[in-house]
Amino acid sequence: MLAWTIYLSFAGALAQALLPKDKPSISRWLALAVALAGLALAVAGFAAGIPNHFARVTIIDAPWVPSMGIHYLLAADGISLVLVLLTGLAAVAGVLFSWNIELRTNEFFAFYLALIGGVYGVFLSFDLFLLFVFYEIAIVPKYFLIAIWGSTRREYGAMKLALYSFVGSAMVLVGLLAAYATSGSHSTGLVSLAHAGLPVSFQMWCFPLVFTGFAILAGMWPFHTWAPTGHVAAPTAASMLLAGVVMKLGAYGCLRVAISLFPHGMDPWGFSLLGVGSWRDVFAVLAVIGIVYGALVALAQTDFKFVIGYSSVSHMGFVLLGLMTLNQIGMTGAVLQMFSHGVIAGLLFAIVGRIVYERTHTRQLAELETMHLSKRLPFAAWAFVIAGMASMGLPGFSGFVAELQVLVGSWIAKPGWTIAAGVGIVVGVAYTWRALQKAFFSDAPPSAHMHEHAHELAAITVPEIAGVMLLVAATLIVGLYPRILLEAIEPAVKTLLAGGGQ
Amino acid sequence: MQEEVTAAFHPQNQCLVGFAARSLWLIPAVPIVASGVMALLRQPRRALAAGLAIGSLSVSLIFSLMAFAHVVAGWMNSVAMRETVSFTWIQVGAAHVDLGWVLDPLSAVMLVMVSFVGLLIFIYSVGYMAHDENFTRFFCFLSLFAGAMLGVVISNSLLLLFMCWELVGLTSYLLIGFWYHKPSAAAAAKKAFMTTRVGDVFFLLGMVWLFAQTGTLLFYNGGAGSMEPLKLGALLASPAGLGLSAAGAIGLLIFAGAAGKSGQLPLHVWLPDAMEGPTPVSALIHAATMVAAGVYLIARVYPLMQAGALAGGTTTALTVVTWVGASTAVFAALIAVAQNDIKRILAYSTVSQLGYMMAGLGMGGVAVGMFHLITHAFFKALLFMGAGSVIHGCHEEQDVRRMGGLRSAMPLTFLTYALGMLALCGFPLLFSGFWSKDGILEAAQHWSVAKGPFYMLVFGAVLTAFYMTRQVAYVFFGEWRGHKTAHESPAVMTMPLAILAFFAMALGVIGTPAWPWFRAFLTDRAAGFGMAGFGEPGLLPLMGTSTLVVFLGLGLGWWIYGGKSPAPEEPDALEQAAPLAWGWLHNKLYVDELYGATVIAFYGWWARVADWLDRRVWGGVVAGVAWLFRGWAQLNRLIDIHWVDGGFDKGCEELASGGGLLARVQTGRVQTYLRLLALAVVVLAAILIWSSRG
Repeated sequence: MLAWTIYLSFAGALAQALLPKDKPSISRWLALAVALAGLALAVAGFAAGIPNHFARVTIIDAPWVPSMGIHYLLAADGISLVLVLLTGLAAVAGVLFSWNIELRTNEFFAFYLALIGGVYGVFLSFDLFLLFVFYEIAIVPKYFLIAIWGSTRREYGAMKLALYSFVGSAMVLVGLLAAYATSGSHSTGLVSLAHAGLPVSFQMWCFPLVFTGFAILAGMWPFHTWAPTGHVAAPTAASMLLAGVVMKLGAYGCLRVAISLFPHGMDPWGFSLLGVGSWRDVFAVLAVIGIVYGALVALAQTDFKFVIGYSSVSHMGFVLLGLMTLNQIGMTGAVLQMFSHGVIAGLLFAIVGRIVYERTHTRQLAELETMHLSKRLPFAAWAFVIAGMASMGLPGFSGFVAELQVLVGSWIAKPGWTIAAGVGIVVGVAYTWRALQKAFFSDAPPSAHMHEHAHELAAITVPEIAGVMLLVAATLIVGLYPRILLEAIEPAVKTLLAGGGQ
Repeated sequence: MQEEVTAAFHPQNQCLVGFAARSLWLIPAVPIVASGVMALLRQPRRALAAGLAIGSLSVSLIFSLMAFAHVVAGWMNSVAMRETVSFTWIQVGAAHVDLGWVLDPLSAVMLVMVSFVGLLIFIYSVGYMAHDENFTRFFCFLSLFAGAMLGVVISNSLLLLFMCWELVGLTSYLLIGFWYHKPSAAAAAKKAFMTTRVGDVFFLLGMVWLFAQTGTLLFYNGGAGSMEPLKLGALLASPAGLGLSAAGAIGLLIFAGAAGKSGQLPLHVWLPDAMEGPTPVSALIHAATMVAAGVYLIARVYPLMQAGALAGGTTTALTVVTWVGASTAVFAALIAVAQNDIKRILAYSTVSQLGYMMAGLGMGGVAVGMFHLITHAFFKALLFMGAGSVIHGCHEEQDVRRMGGLRSAMPLTFLTYALGMLALCGFPLLFSGFWSKDGILEAAQHWSVAKGPFYMLVFGAVLTAFYMTRQVAYVFFGEWRGHKTAHESPAVMTMPLAILAFFAMALGVIGTPAWPWFRAFLTDRAAGFGMAGFGEPGLLPLMGTSTLVVFLGLGLGWWIYGGKSPAPEEPDALEQAAPLAWGWLHNKLYVDELYGATVIAFYGWWARVADWLDRRVWGGVVAGVAWLFRGWAQLNRLIDIHWVDGGFDKGCEELASGGGLLARVQTGRVQTYLRLLALAVVVLAAILIWSSRG
């Protein structure tokens, strides 16, 4: 049943491409219908996982390229289910916040749905080759979404994103081919490769290669610079998806492929340099640097959307740190943080990119300061207060539970990491509140330039309200009752940790 | 003076938990639900909003009183009272995080105080906020605050406490910035949130550490809680560096969180600015309840703070608490002397008194600190609401130099304010403040580590009496110096004042040496009545000293400021005497400026460095790589043109010339073709024959 999330999205994309150009409203409703159907399937699939305690279920397994042992193998465990659910949510919210796209609407939604289909595919693939194919499929529509419908330096942003993605993919591909050749098992199935007993010396160089390849897309420092420029250049829905699910593709690859195929790649080297004695230490330190560094850079931005773009780098640092704890609580927290950040970043980008920018036509904090948006767009102001609270990890929101677990996990692994990450949390409060204050609650006198443009701002529309409500509800429900997702994530992480693989 | 960790030995059983404990969650839940209902209301429903807020908090008060009565009844029957209810919130592998609540003397006392003082302030707010256009939203936030605060009080889990604690911080932010169109209010709200958040991160780290080490965040859980001997022993046994055990280090981290919330040095800077909020907010949140949450937190984790202390001794954590508290007490009192805003004087006074509470906890134990917390809540709420009444009556004037002579214009406010002021100064015998402050001084006198805190606290007491006298002299005595005439506030505002004034005096009864009911109740001992309590060594001389100190402060204040009516523009009497010292104190010892020039500048600098790195270095690396590839591409192009293409062209030329050779064969003459064909047939035939033979 879950496989239909993929097929429906691609079918939707195809249908959009065949629709007439001058009927935008048909495109919108069709896109919404497809996204909603995907969400419904995701929810149903999640619910179906409850009775068997979210054990891994094979959805379809058919030989694809028999000569190489490649299978069309779709399956789902708790981690996949949670991320499919996230994709469903993000897809619906993205359509709602793209309701005002007038330029080549059908093409926009065609690329949009193709991207969604690719993402569903990655989360459900249990064959390495298939996973890689979906992974590549997801990159292409991203390029067009940004290059055609983007804003600020869109060609640059799109190209940078595409190049970074392909460099990452190339690293992953090399690693995977090497693993396939080394294992000699004549299968590209994730499970069989994990059990192939790859030599430790091989894992030692292949792990960092594949991990880095995927982590580029997760915004790991110092390979993160595509993220802010890409986010800023992208149209709202694309930046929501970019931060919401595409960055998760990278983190998911790190977890599902790098960590589960090459567990010994994280073994100690036998010597240590400045307290760093294994690839695990290296990536944990990079993650912590990302947390603090991303937050600091966010503090120095003058463009509202850049603030959010850098905050994503900081929050994804928690995901990578959680993965590198290699203990139950930390890794569970990492997966939960993927979900949480997907929802919260989507909300933040929606507010900044759609609700504010489409009305004010500026994202410069200095100009927003003169517009007194808290009075003119109270809905946006309060929505951003809530989103900001969620983003800085206040209790009651999903981010708190996730970050708390990551911090506990990393404390168990190495307390120093936790303390450094704590600095990032403080700065996180600072940049969120700075942006909030400047964008909405400032009372700088209106500039002369603004007097000319002091027109009424368009009223908040129903799709916008619905989108905000959907995302806020998601983060609140998970924040207050985290068990709903944790019960799915926990067994999957447990098998992953125990088997050194699946 | 140290108490024993008696609590941990109480047997308990979940099955025996009574109705009072099981339904304890209703106490915070009712106001929170009411707040939710109000959030959905339309703006004009003022009466309904006020009714909901007051009604829900009344329900909380009734439940609190029932819980309190239940605990008192158990205590009278010598049944150790600590009932807990807990449930699992999240489970990850073998680790599970539990939440729950606890009913014991500490939470019962605090519950009654918070809901009672809160209720009076709610009623007062109906009058104070009567003309505000966002009346409904105000009560919505206020109810949410009350619920969150009551949640902090009943928590039996450090995590639940932290969650409510953050919610409290959030509502505090919302209420400080309630008039967010005022830039100073919005800035103050942000500052409050940021500063307390700095403390909270330490708190969070302490919590993470505690969980990683003990595997539980419950305080009491039938012997397996983190505040019970089993886990404390394990914490003590694991070293944490710098000569601290894990218990001590975690205690200090949690104290950093408490210091943020309770405005202790060096995180006190937000509290005076928080006075930008409406006055009932200052009274409820920034005087009586929320700022006391830090003190309450330390009282709650006292077994941890005290772990490892020998009999009568102290621990590093408690020593730090003491010194920070005593320094804050003096520091803030000094600044209060040189302020002119009626609410700021009280704000610094609050910071100073919170320092007393912390010092009391550090030196005398839970009962000493908590008693001052309770009495202070009553008289400080009274003073703030009195100040609110004054501000209201003087048409939103807050500068004490532009008031004067109000004792005739506002007699009720004056009377109650004077009582509150005397309680704060610690006027002997009649007032609660005297007894609670005396408890702290007594503990300081007997403290084994150092005598410094004792002298600091005595000096602080002089200052307290002095600045309060100065304020009262400015506001209520002398000539009226404002514009427009002042008027008395309506009964809905003055009635709560009268009730609080009564308690500001009467509460002392439960904490005198003759009948130390409060201490006995909190430390689970029987309370006896007897004059023998006064017989403790050094107690009577101490009472004499503190009486003397109070009169000294009052006298000095009256001597300098009493009955005079200086013009508002005229420099203060102290300023004329010592302009330099006055300047420093008036500018709050430049702490804000110091932070601006150091911490904030430092972060700003780092942020800019990181931004620069991103744009130049990482961007540069990317650009460099791109340049490299472009160069490579150019190189390839040249290679292509000169070598590959050259070779290709050469090959083509050769092909062409070869073609020329062939072309000569293609003559167009049929005879030649036929000849060739025939030759081919012959060759083919030869091959076929040769191969068929073999």
